[in-house]
Amino acid sequence: MRELLCLNDLKFNEYGYIYDINCDDGVKKRLLDLGLVKDTCIIPILKSPSSGIKAFDIRGSLIAIRDEDSNLINVYKK
Amino acid sequence: MGLTKSSTGTNLLNSNVQYLKNENGFTVALAGNPNVGKSTIFNSLTGLHQHTGNWPGKTVSNATGSFDYLDTNFLLVDIPGTYSILSSSQEEDIARDYICFGNPDVTVVVVDATCLERNLNLVFQIMEITDNVIVCVNLLDEAKKKHIDIDLDLLSNMLGVPVCGTIARKKSTLDNLIDVIYKVCKKEIIPTPKKITYLPIIENSINLLEDKLKTLFNFPSNLYRWISLKLLENDKKIVDSIEKNLDVNFTNDNKLLNLLDNLNNNLDDSRVNKTNFRNIITSSIMKQAEKICNKVCTFENKGYSVRDKKIDKILTSKTFGIPIMLLFLGGIFWITIVGANYPSSILFSFFGYIQENLIDFANLLNCPTWLSNMLILGVYRTLTWIISVMLPPMAIFFPLFTFLEDLGYLPRIAFNMDGFFKKCCCSGKQMITMCMGFGCNAAGVTGCRIINSPREKLIAILTNCFVPCNGRFPFLITIATIFIAGNIQGFTGSIISTMAVLFVILLGIFMTLIISKILSKTILKGMPSSFVLELPPYRKPQFGKILVRSIFDRTLFVLGRAICVAAPAGLVIWIFANVGINGDSLLNIIANFLNPFANLMGLDGYILVAFIFGIPANEIVLPIILMCYLGNGSLVDLDDTFAIGNILVQNGWTILTAINVMIFTCLHFPCTTTLLTIKKETGKWKWTILSFVIPTVCGIALCMFTTFVYNIFVTF
Ligand SMILES: Nc1nc2c(ncn2[C@@H]2O[C@H](COP(=O)(O)OP(=O)(O)OP(=O)(O)O)[C@@H](O)[C@H]2O)c(=O)[nH]1
Ligand SMILES: [Mg+2]
Repeated sequence: MRELLCLNDLKFNEYGYIYDINCDDGVKKRLLDLGLVKDTCIIPILKSPSSGIKAFDIRGSLIAIRDEDSNLINVYKK
Repeated sequence: MGLTKSSTGTNLLNSNVQYLKNENGFTVALAGNPNVGKSTIFNSLTGLHQHTGNWPGKTVSNATGSFDYLDTNFLLVDIPGTYSILSSSQEEDIARDYICFGNPDVTVVVVDATCLERNLNLVFQIMEITDNVIVCVNLLDEAKKKHIDIDLDLLSNMLGVPVCGTIARKKSTLDNLIDVIYKVCKKEIIPTPKKITYLPIIENSINLLEDKLKTLFNFPSNLYRWISLKLLENDKKIVDSIEKNLDVNFTNDNKLLNLLDNLNNNLDDSRVNKTNFRNIITSSIMKQAEKICNKVCTFENKGYSVRDKKIDKILTSKTFGIPIMLLFLGGIFWITIVGANYPSSILFSFFGYIQENLIDFANLLNCPTWLSNMLILGVYRTLTWIISVMLPPMAIFFPLFTFLEDLGYLPRIAFNMDGFFKKCCCSGKQMITMCMGFGCNAAGVTGCRIINSPREKLIAILTNCFVPCNGRFPFLITIATIFIAGNIQGFTGSIISTMAVLFVILLGIFMTLIISKILSKTILKGMPSSFVLELPPYRKPQFGKILVRSIFDRTLFVLGRAICVAAPAGLVIWIFANVGINGDSLLNIIANFLNPFANLMGLDGYILVAFIFGIPANEIVLPIILMCYLGNGSLVDLDDTFAIGNILVQNGWTILTAINVMIFTCLHFPCTTTLLTIKKETGKWKWTILSFVIPTVCGIALCMFTTFVYNIFVTF
């Protein structure tokens, strides 16, 4: 089985692939709207200087997600 | 940056979607993801000046404009950007309601060529609602820079709808789009969208439900499938919206409810349930989107741009991120302070020269002195002072700030500051609305629609006027130049004034955070709700356009407001200053009455009177203060800001007065326009009153505090 880790633990510039999203409903829907379905590639790019939020490359656009949410997203590496 | 949109001739309509219909021609909707250039296209086609900006959520309500092509009139509707029909924030609700129920003749879905995959999600969702879809692939120039090549014909084939490629900033590229809109409206082209087919079990349920609905209700024929899908998904918000807009009630019909229950149970058996339904639907759509993109796009690197990444690494870095932010802000203030001085003094002398001539002219006409004084020293003088003091800083500040906005820096500020807002249980998006507040607090308050959580939105609205809007900003600059920099001229002086202004702004931000925290621990209790923010690519600002638009719009707007508010205010103040009881003018009586309280705050009665008179428009505070001091007709020539300084010093201003005036300028009640906007956005007087009380109390308390501290220092 592929090893799972949470999105927040993925290192910068490392490729992750979505396994599942366990955030609360609102965020989950929003992430789906952004095309973040299973197996979508996601790459951590930036970290906020005031910490607590990171920006990810999702399908070519840069999306900021707070840590408490990225902790609830599981990804696998290829 | 927002100014009242009425000044640009755009009709803003955000409630009843049915009204947005063109009686004599066709109605065309512009839908799409946020920040893909909808408003830019709208402006190009209609010649209007809807505000555009490089960040998601610039447009927060529907706007309409019309254009003619060949023999036909088209009504264009610019809709707020939305990632999906299943919206989550208020401006997206507005978008969804229009897309779903506005029933335009054609819906143009604008998509971003650089991230087609994600944009197709919305395209497919809209194609489920209506057949009359045109896909407009915008930002082709950026795609080209990223070496992304899109086969538009193939895309059109695979989607079954017409596809146009455009570069919205270049008007000529829109010709084809107009032509296709025309042809689709005239039924010369009939789009036949290739809809998504979901899992067989879902398709079955949709079909059964669709048949049932057809027997029960009379909807527009294309809506049955979509409504069935939404009923199966059972998203409360959208079902409510369907019921409201189509005026039906699904819960009334038992047969329908039974069928729905059965279908849901069936689906449940196949492990399609409420929690993963949306996921499954979106997966099917995204799979199709990926398939299409793989066929139609050729690219070298589809990821996030390398150049942007380098810039972002610096602008959001741990060590430099926040200092750079302050540097940008300070830089803008500095340029404004240095640049405004010269035009200000020119305007002063110019208007002063005219004033003398006006007085001579009045004498020539044998006009009674009281009348000429009232009109010239009252109305004319207030009016021209406003223009001289306010206009130059605005005309410089605005283009500069719009420049940052167009560059795409605002969302980065929100990203950088989010940690602090999170600690105060708020949304980082609040920072964006605060930035808009620099332009106009009323616009900032409306901009709060982009914040999803109602609680956080309210906090953002209540605290918006802690950032000084452009009406107050030149006042800050003037005081800082005169008093804080004082006799220090030249470069050092300008740096010192910049620091003073920056300090006040930071104080405003600091107060925003504290008050937000207090609010979310007391009357607006709650945890920070999570949010997701898109950071758009950096774009080269359109210098010419920024310059023309912000100066032109600003100038007209400021002049208009100045005439409407300042002229009567000048008149009233003049009358107050010259009419009195027992030789004491009304103005003096009021000011003396306020004096004891004002002294506690380190101010004087006249200053408070001016702030109160400034409620209709903050721009007039300084001129009114001057009017008060010079009230009974004494003639003073004002050549530049330092002459103003002399008057103020003669009337007892000290460094403490200056500091407190700056603080109170930043922290006091919002202007009437903002208050009315707050009423409109929150719907309750309660919040409106609170938004009046909170900053005022803060300002008074802080001023009293500084006065107290200052007095201790002076005594010892
Ligand atoms: N280079 C380039 N920039 C564009 C193009 N179209 C729009 N822009 C820029 O993209 C930014 C966003 O444009 P808007 O028209 O405000 O976008 P919008 O879709 O109305 O955005 P929302 O109102 O937030 O949904 C602006 O800075 C535009 O100048 C284009 O074709 N090429
Ligand atoms: Mg727009």
